Amino acid sequence: MISIKNLHASINGKEILKGINLEVKAGEIHAIMGPNGSGKSTLSSVLAGREDYDVTEGEVIFNGKNLLDMSAEDRAREGLFLAFQYPIEIPGVSNINFLKTAINEIRAYNGKEAMEAKDFLALVKEKQKLVELDAKLTGRSVNEGFSGGEKKRNEIFQMAILEPKLAILDETDSGLDIDALRIVANGVNKLHSKNNAFIVITHYQRLLDHIVPDFVHILYNGQIVKSGTKELALELEAKGYDDIKHQFEKLQG
Amino acid sequence: MANEILDDHIQNEYKWGFTTDIESETFAKGLNETVIRALSKKKNEPQWLLDIRLKAFAQWLTMPEPNNWAHVPYPKINFQDISYYSAPKVKPELKSLDEVDPELLKTFEKLGISLEEQKRLSGVQSNIAVDAVFDSVSVKTTFRETLAEKGVIFCSFSEAVQEHPELIKKYMGMVVPFADNYYAALNTAVFSDGSFCYIPKGVRCPMELSTYFRINSSGTGQFERTLIVADEGSFVSYLEGCTAPQRDENQLHAAVVEIIAHKGAEVKYSTVQNWYPGDKDGKGGIFNFVTKRGICLDENSKISWTQVETGSAITWKYPSVILKGDNSVGEFYSVAVTNNKQEADTGTKMIHIGKNTRSTIISKGISAGFSNNSYRGLVQIRKGAKNARNFSQCDSLLMGDTCGAHTFPYIEIKDKSAIVEHEATTSKIGEDQLFYCKQRGIDTEKAVALIVNGYCKEVLNKLPMEFAVEAQKLLAISLEGSVG
Repeated sequence: MISIKNLHASINGKEILKGINLEVKAGEIHAIMGPNGSGKSTLSSVLAGREDYDVTEGEVIFNGKNLLDMSAEDRAREGLFLAFQYPIEIPGVSNINFLKTAINEIRAYNGKEAMEAKDFLALVKEKQKLVELDAKLTGRSVNEGFSGGEKKRNEIFQMAILEPKLAILDETDSGLDIDALRIVANGVNKLHSKNNAFIVITHYQRLLDHIVPDFVHILYNGQIVKSGTKELALELEAKGYDDIKHQFEKLQG
Repeated sequence: MANEILDDHIQNEYKWGFTTDIESETFAKGLNETVIRALSKKKNEPQWLLDIRLKAFAQWLTMPEPNNWAHVPYPKINFQDISYYSAPKVKPELKSLDEVDPELLKTFEKLGISLEEQKRLSGVQSNIAVDAVFDSVSVKTTFRETLAEKGVIFCSFSEAVQEHPELIKKYMGMVVPFADNYYAALNTAVFSDGSFCYIPKGVRCPMELSTYFRINSSGTGQFERTLIVADEGSFVSYLEGCTAPQRDENQLHAAVVEIIAHKGAEVKYSTVQNWYPGDKDGKGGIFNFVTKRGICLDENSKISWTQVETGSAITWKYPSVILKGDNSVGEFYSVAVTNNKQEADTGTKMIHIGKNTRSTIISKGISAGFSNNSYRGLVQIRKGAKNARNFSQCDSLLMGDTCGAHTFPYIEIKDKSAIVEHEATTSKIGEDQLFYCKQRGIDTEKAVALIVNGYCKEVLNKLPMEFAVEAQKLLAISLEGSVG
């Protein structure tokens, strides 16, 4: 699905990612954990194609194509989805209109005809149920006046509609209460199949109780310093990031 | 990166910039009494109208050119270097469409305006009657017979002068007297044509009325007048569209629009202004100096202006409402877009005179490129205008950091019972919003269109359906490439 090799990226001349290596296959769920400032959000931004970052070294192959050569919109059209940590408000543009535009742009790129209005509405209804999104919210302006939890749920709703091959969830659990967390996790689990993959970026182990990862990676100071199975997350939860920091600094020292 | 994309798209052509090769009769350049007499004679006008023209001209000569009061510096105009009359050569009387020059028909077809009424039957054209004005004259007004059945008069201004002189005499200059301002005086002296519309008592006009203005000849100015009179309890929705060829010279458009609403009448006036804006370096383009004003003469009347302004090199216009009748209502909904080196200073005046009068102002300015976009508005509550209410909202959207947005709200309250609210915001199209759209597979152009249309929704919603669709497309085209 995606193969990241020796990825270096910087912003305003400051190097944030210092050689990331990661391999994600179809059907897998990978969790990336790490303390604040370790580069988690930078990684998701670079993969999604945010222009503020300069990739200085490395390679990312997404379904056989060079991801770094593509514009942000083409990455999305190729099936890469980013659930934003802070979803953006677009006043005056209804959620429905936004998603219809998105889905048809993606279809056009893939040589498919625009979706019929009635099929689209049926899809919206179906996916709304999946993430238990209030029907009223789909008619409202994109994320405008949504609560924190509604915004995150709306991200998962969009993901459900667009059916990406690879979804990156950037701290989707932050700011969610336990019920919202369960709803979001249920949505992800229902969408998960052998044909798609997820990268779940999180601070905390608690999300991983609901979305069970195949692999857990620990990002520290711009590098993946440790990889393992879901037990690694539990270990991390028990010992805290300080332990990792100590180990890493010893290694460096 | 950003600049490359910007440059790429900014050179995007003005689609309406073509010229029509048509035989015209054009007056020699220059302005003096002889020219005005000749113009009046050409149009076979009665003496009283010539007298008004000459009075206005005498007044105009005494007035200073209002050069720098608005937030739009512009070069001094040489009024002697303009031809004040240009008309396609036509046979003296047109009995049917067959007699209209086919080049003219083609021109309007190209602009998406059909002058053939039967097209309506086949469902191609919608329910809109059109008065098409080409340079200085009206070439065709459609659906006149259908309208006449209801007693609605819809014709060119020149014809109205001949056929309904009593109405013209009564209403012309009632809202915009010739001495009102420099360009209104000039217009009154030299106006060549325009549209006239009268809706009789109690009639709801069965179709939308529309005037389409097209400047074609070079070296000319366009000075037209529109006069709309809505008698007691009547309703009309009026649309105005305009385009011009792409030329290196600046051309002057100085129109006057007057609306009179009698007791309980409602007039909805919508404009999509798309005059040639000049090229990306600011060369050429129309100077659009227009006086638009309506009066709610009697109680319970309503005048509503909706405008989408995307064209012209320089625009100053302030469609206004004088709320004289008790309980009358004035509305102003505006979207003004400026790109490249365009300058716009636009807004409205709401003059509250009657009791319980209400006005609403929603203005959305969008600036891109190196342009400047100003909102200038006056809310005036006169003494005795008991319980007057106004709500104003002026929003500015900036795209990039080389453009400007300015707001000049003036509020004068002479009656303590008034409630006046003013809200203003300035925002920038965020990188974050664009990235969010792109991450969902929507490219920059579409994303800008989506965001801008969302921003303008409150105003676009006020436009008649078809106009709204056209306006949305126009907004997208006007702003193409304005964000990298």
